Amino acid sequence: MTTPVWVPRKRRGAEFFLTVLAVFIGIAAYASVGLGVEGTIPSDTYKLGGALIVVAIATHLVVRRVAPYADPVLLPLVIALNGLGLAMIYRIDLGYQQVNPDWKALANGQLMWTGFGIVAFALVLIVVRDHRRLQALTYTFGFAAIVLLILPLLPGIGRNIRGARIWIGIGPFSFQPGEAAKICLAIFFAGYLVVKRDALALAGRRFAGIDLPRGRDLGPILAGWLLSMGILIFQRDLGSSLLFFGLFVVLLYIATERPGWLVVGALLFAAGAYMGYLAFGHVQVRVNAWLDPFSDPDKNYQVINGLFGLAHGGLLGQGLGQGSPNLTPFGFSDFIAASLGEELGLTGLMAVLMIYGLIVERGLRIALTCRDAFGKLLAAGLALSIAIQVFVVVGGVTRLIPLTGLTTPFLAQGGSSIVMNWAIIGLLLRISDQTRRPAPEISTFESDEATQVVKLS
Amino acid sequence: MNKPIRNLAIACLVMFMALLVNINYVQFVEADSLNAKNGNKRVINEEFSRDRGSILIDGKPIAESVKSKDEYKFQRKYPEGGLYAPLTGYFSYIFGRSALENSENRVLSGSDDRLFVNRVIDLLSNKQPKGGSVEVTIDPLAQKTAAEGLEALGKGTKGAVAAINPKTGAVLAMVTQPSYNPNRLASHDFAKVQKSWEELTTDKNQPMLNRTTQQTLPPGSTFKLVTAAAALEKGVVDDVDDKIKAGARLSFGGGITYTLPNENGGNCGGDRITLEQAMNVSCNVAFGALALKVGQTDLAEQAGKFGFGTDPLADLPMNPSRFTSGDTPLEQPQLAQSGIGQFEVAATPLQMAMVAGGIANDGKVMKPYVVDTVRAPNLRVLDKTQPKTLSEAVSASTARKLQEMMVSTVQVGTATSAQIPGVDVGAKTGTAQSTADRPPYAWFVSYAKDGDDSVAVAVLVESSNTARNEIAGGRLAGPIAKSVMEAVLGK
Repeated sequence: MTTPVWVPRKRRGAEFFLTVLAVFIGIAAYASVGLGVEGTIPSDTYKLGGALIVVAIATHLVVRRVAPYADPVLLPLVIALNGLGLAMIYRIDLGYQQVNPDWKALANGQLMWTGFGIVAFALVLIVVRDHRRLQALTYTFGFAAIVLLILPLLPGIGRNIRGARIWIGIGPFSFQPGEAAKICLAIFFAGYLVVKRDALALAGRRFAGIDLPRGRDLGPILAGWLLSMGILIFQRDLGSSLLFFGLFVVLLYIATERPGWLVVGALLFAAGAYMGYLAFGHVQVRVNAWLDPFSDPDKNYQVINGLFGLAHGGLLGQGLGQGSPNLTPFGFSDFIAASLGEELGLTGLMAVLMIYGLIVERGLRIALTCRDAFGKLLAAGLALSIAIQVFVVVGGVTRLIPLTGLTTPFLAQGGSSIVMNWAIIGLLLRISDQTRRPAPEISTFESDEATQVVKLS
Repeated sequence: MNKPIRNLAIACLVMFMALLVNINYVQFVEADSLNAKNGNKRVINEEFSRDRGSILIDGKPIAESVKSKDEYKFQRKYPEGGLYAPLTGYFSYIFGRSALENSENRVLSGSDDRLFVNRVIDLLSNKQPKGGSVEVTIDPLAQKTAAEGLEALGKGTKGAVAAINPKTGAVLAMVTQPSYNPNRLASHDFAKVQKSWEELTTDKNQPMLNRTTQQTLPPGSTFKLVTAAAALEKGVVDDVDDKIKAGARLSFGGGITYTLPNENGGNCGGDRITLEQAMNVSCNVAFGALALKVGQTDLAEQAGKFGFGTDPLADLPMNPSRFTSGDTPLEQPQLAQSGIGQFEVAATPLQMAMVAGGIANDGKVMKPYVVDTVRAPNLRVLDKTQPKTLSEAVSASTARKLQEMMVSTVQVGTATSAQIPGVDVGAKTGTAQSTADRPPYAWFVSYAKDGDDSVAVAVLVESSNTARNEIAGGRLAGPIAKSVMEAVLGK
């Protein structure tokens, strides 16, 4: 007698139902923006609505086809965020167009990039049939990450935009390779740590109560990390440095199960942050803007206006289209959290944060249930990368921590970010499909074929 | 590896909790103070798009919002131009608010807590929120008369008139010259507003200064009322007929070569004269000597009781009047000069009107106020100001003695220009020196009683086209005070 095996339900029906809700949120947000700004529902609502519905059905079908056991909650959460983000960018376009009719709408570009993001999502799911195969490419991804990070520093294709050299431009297109490097590094960290975790945890000398790993075990990863940090310092991209450093330390902790790494990481971070504060003028400006933004209203105009927007929104918000988020510089990208807080209020912004919280929670749950160590580390890393992005950017905008540049995943305007975050969701779904799929039955002598009346060719 | 992942989950939970708590703090706890911050365009935009309440005098607006066709929906208008500018202040998109537009903003904009029910009803019936209205205490005829009086002195005149009701403290006139037109700052043509602002703020005549409450200048001889009050209260002099030291010059002894002369070098009519006569002729030597006898402490205390050093009119920007700067211990000559309203003594016209008002009100100084009634958009009265006593400056008997001297000054002294037939008028003139290179300030402080009606007026002429030797409180400022009192009493 075989023991009954617990088989997770596929839950694709639940996912479809949630997707319908998510699409409804996006379309309703778009319609209320039109109502709020111009008094009528935008005439092209059916276009955007249609596009969203097509996207939702397409992603749903892709998941059903190639990852039928994947987590059913992640995708609807992401679609809801993406739809809200599109509506908010469209809203700020309208706000700018009222003042300056020549304003080039950003929402169309964002819609196009969302399309690319979904293609990336589908490609990840279709091409990567088993995430464990990525482990074989550990060093390839590590190398790719470094190349991607160096690209913006190369003359010719590197672009310096607003003080940070993190873009590359080819013709009219610009791209932030750091966003792609994020995934590559997560794969590299996960793959490397899986192999070296025992060596890192056990081999080595004990020094001052801490087990120090051997240099040859720690060396490559430390080198990779240092290189990426160095590049980021040259590019003045504080947010990404923080993200990569956090990813590195936390994955090291998960792989070795040694909390000492967190202590070492925290000390290193504190030292690095303090030296950064002393060495870089722009860090000091950010810290001052955080501690007392009103001491210099001209320099801290953006932060102050973000706060004004949040306060103006209050408990219930001004309503979509009825606030003035266009008063905050970059209210459609870096400061989209403040724009949402203004028009959707405290309640709306809390709901958005809850959606992010759920995404992170689902990601970590995938890491917990994953059966292989590589998948565990990769899923935890990807979930953590979303958590850090949200914490750093929303915390910066709301003055919980100093402002550092990162994008709000799925909401903020920006092509590279949206494509790469969709790819992250693709990877997470792939791992969860692998995790929840019942183990293939090993039955050699009872063939199904024997019971078939008509054999289908 | 599951344990670290679980810990990571807890860490992420903590991070998200921190974000949630923080946005609750920003959007709920801190929201009000952020909304009240300067330069918050969102709040300004919202205020500009609202039907802001009016500031009224006898039901007629001196500040109102009318519908406009641009994006802001309403345009603030000041029908009387600069006449009431010191009271209304301006309501400007770029430069914020001032005076009553600022201090009564919560009512005018409709965000006052007392209007909460109105806001809920507006919300439910999908109407734009409306602001409440503010009725001020000003007597329009007195205001106009005072302004015309100052204008009649010529184009370059700088001066101010403050009139109050001695029994209540209600401000009846508040005029400053030159003034400005707040319509220029309330305009929606921001380039023009910017230009107007630059003109107004760089104008060396300071047209945006409320001279009745913000301009502190030496009150000169009008301060002798305070010195006399202190002397009578402290028993240095018992009655108005008591003889006090006078003469041509006050010397100090102790090796001090400086002596305090009289205004025109005369001797006030003898070496010893009555207190009343000293008041009538505004004898510097007599009051300088009195100040020395009263002493710095008691003189300062008396000034404080009349309101010096306080900021009693909360609704408008105000500089407190002062007896000394800080707590300067005064040398004898300085104390004598202070006793005649010189040295560091500085007062606003409103403060001097309070002195006259306190004397006319039998010693009781009332707290001045300009807002009479605050009404909701549906005209329901939200608040009506109740008169409050600021202090008992002098006893009733001292007050009567001071009244007697002020009346005598109008009848036979330096203030004859304020006589109104059939009305009990008391006054004191002042011609205050500042520096040698500029003309003296002409002051006139007075009160009038007609049956139950009474009014106290202070007039200050800082500078005018009048020739220097013509400047004297009685001649320049007296007729203005007289016409304002007539206007209030309906004579």
